[in-house]
Amino acid sequence: MRRIYGVAAAAVAGLVAFAGTVTAQETRLTGAGATFPNPIYSKWVLEYTVVRPNLRINYQAIGSGGGIRQFTDHTVDFGATDGPMTDSQITVVHGNVYHLPTVLGAVVPTYNVPGVTAQLRFTGEVLAGIFLGQITKWNDSRITGINPGVSLPDQDIVVAHRSDGSGTTYIWSDYLSKVSPDWAQRVGKGTAVNWPVGLGGQGNPGVANIVKQTPGALGYVELIYAVQNNIGYGLVRNKAGNYIQATLETTTNAAAGAVASLDATTDFRVSITDADGGDVYPISSFTWLLVPKDMTDMTKARQLLDFVWWAVHDGQKYCAGLSYAPLPSRVVQLEEERLKSITVGGRPVLPANYRGR
Amino acid sequence: MSRGDVIFRAVLTVLALLLPLLLLMIGVELVSEAMPAARQFGLSFLTTSVWDPVRGQFGALPLIFGTLYSSLVALAIAVPLALGCAVFLTEFAPRWLRTPVATLIELLAAVPSVIYGLWGIFILIPLLRDHFWPVVRPVLGHVPIFSGVFYGPSVLAAGVILAVMILPYIAAVSREVLLAVPADQREAGLALGATRWETVWHVVLPYGRAGIMGAVILGLGRALGETMAVTMVIGNRHEVSASLLQPGYTIAAAIANEFSEAVSNMHLSSLFLVGAVLFLITIIVNALARVLVWRVARGSAVGSTAI
Repeated sequence: MRRIYGVAAAAVAGLVAFAGTVTAQETRLTGAGATFPNPIYSKWVLEYTVVRPNLRINYQAIGSGGGIRQFTDHTVDFGATDGPMTDSQITVVHGNVYHLPTVLGAVVPTYNVPGVTAQLRFTGEVLAGIFLGQITKWNDSRITGINPGVSLPDQDIVVAHRSDGSGTTYIWSDYLSKVSPDWAQRVGKGTAVNWPVGLGGQGNPGVANIVKQTPGALGYVELIYAVQNNIGYGLVRNKAGNYIQATLETTTNAAAGAVASLDATTDFRVSITDADGGDVYPISSFTWLLVPKDMTDMTKARQLLDFVWWAVHDGQKYCAGLSYAPLPSRVVQLEEERLKSITVGGRPVLPANYRGR
Repeated sequence: MSRGDVIFRAVLTVLALLLPLLLLMIGVELVSEAMPAARQFGLSFLTTSVWDPVRGQFGALPLIFGTLYSSLVALAIAVPLALGCAVFLTEFAPRWLRTPVATLIELLAAVPSVIYGLWGIFILIPLLRDHFWPVVRPVLGHVPIFSGVFYGPSVLAAGVILAVMILPYIAAVSREVLLAVPADQREAGLALGATRWETVWHVVLPYGRAGIMGAVILGLGRALGETMAVTMVIGNRHEVSASLLQPGYTIAAAIANEFSEAVSNMHLSSLFLVGAVLFLITIIVNALARVLVWRVARGSAVGSTAI
């Protein structure tokens, strides 16, 4: 018995000593929020340990709502969200927040129409009509009209949507709100909405499964999910009138198209769905990090800004491998200014001539 | 009492009080977080069906209805099956078969619920939609509880999954109850010239009524709170529909689905409120079970007509 105590005591002492050395050298940053960018954030955290071995970043993908709440409660150093904070939420933190775009995501319509192998075309009006329950058959003239040469069956359309609150739903409903006044008025946009029709599936896999298993189903999933799982998806007509295939390139184009019209003081809480431009995929969005404009701890602030700077520059090269669309250069430029304006107690954290470490 | 006994007693008292305290804390936390929604919506929270996070409008009737409905469907399927299993295993099965079958049934309880959910998506729903429904439709097509177009994810699918999940609990407890029925009772029944079937129906089952009731309530309690498997097959739709073929939603599933991304405070508070409702439902069900068991047990003690 005595020996066991001895071993235990030694182990505890060892742990304490270990913890001591850790705290002496390391800075720890914690963040929480959106699940959609979690794969690339994890990748960045991993790769960044090579750049900064003494920095430990702990990112928890608890959902955008949770991210905003934790950020507001100051329980994390940074938050992350797929849908921007509302004006009233920003008032709660006394305006002390920057939305910093990190990568882009797109959402695609996926379907299961028996006997149809061609890639179907959709317009915003048609998608809104289907999701409002106004278009109920695949051979409705509004669908056949934009899909010449495809013979569509007299089959009920079964709408599949997310049952869990999600940034994907935010992008989808934001797009439908823009292209359909009827949708904007009856349903609106949000991470969870009051669906007029349809079946709910949990997560991208849940929606994809309903679509796969139900003849006549139409749902929406993240582009990344569709690409990684070889799920076919439809073309969507953009503002310029072209039917566009969602790719990383057409998604980045959407951001470039939308940002071109922004002034330099933008707070980045912009929707880039239904953006201007010829080769632009219309259902895409930024995902944001939430960082305070004025922080309290200089060491942490510097480490955090170094990391964000690295992520929007060097980090962007990991996007393609994980099927995220990288930020257009104009956005990165604007973000550099934003990062340089962040302060601790009124003193800027980054030097004016900062070019990354 | 020696000093050791005093300490022992104190430790046990603290441990015994800890659990009720935990229950109390859960209740208090639920109620306090639910207050904003309770104040805003009042009783209409229980009677309206609109669940609109965008406009901050919340009515939980479909959730409450779906929770009770899917659980009742599960009971309707599971109770006869489970009782049949229990009776077979205690009264009719050859001795060598009893233990293996009982063990296998109890093994069903060890399957994680997400596995049941996957089984539901890939096996049960296609089976119901492509093989069960086309056969049954000509017969039951105009019965109200089988109306509408059947896409697969539905209250029916949830009910069947839940039935499979609660069956082992009901069967195992019922079996224990029936095993505890004294052999005298059976012999007395048989001595009066009753067949084995009559003995089971008129003597053994009534004798075990209280225990069987307890087993059913145990199953019901589990069905009410089941989350993962249900959300995977029920279709997650905030709508009250009497048809078993239509999608529905349950309280537990809605909380699991919406909690992490609930952005507005009212949405969050509404989820707490509906959680408190579920808490209340389970308390009522358990209280009801106590009363039933108590009444039945007391009835037989004074010599009810059943025996």
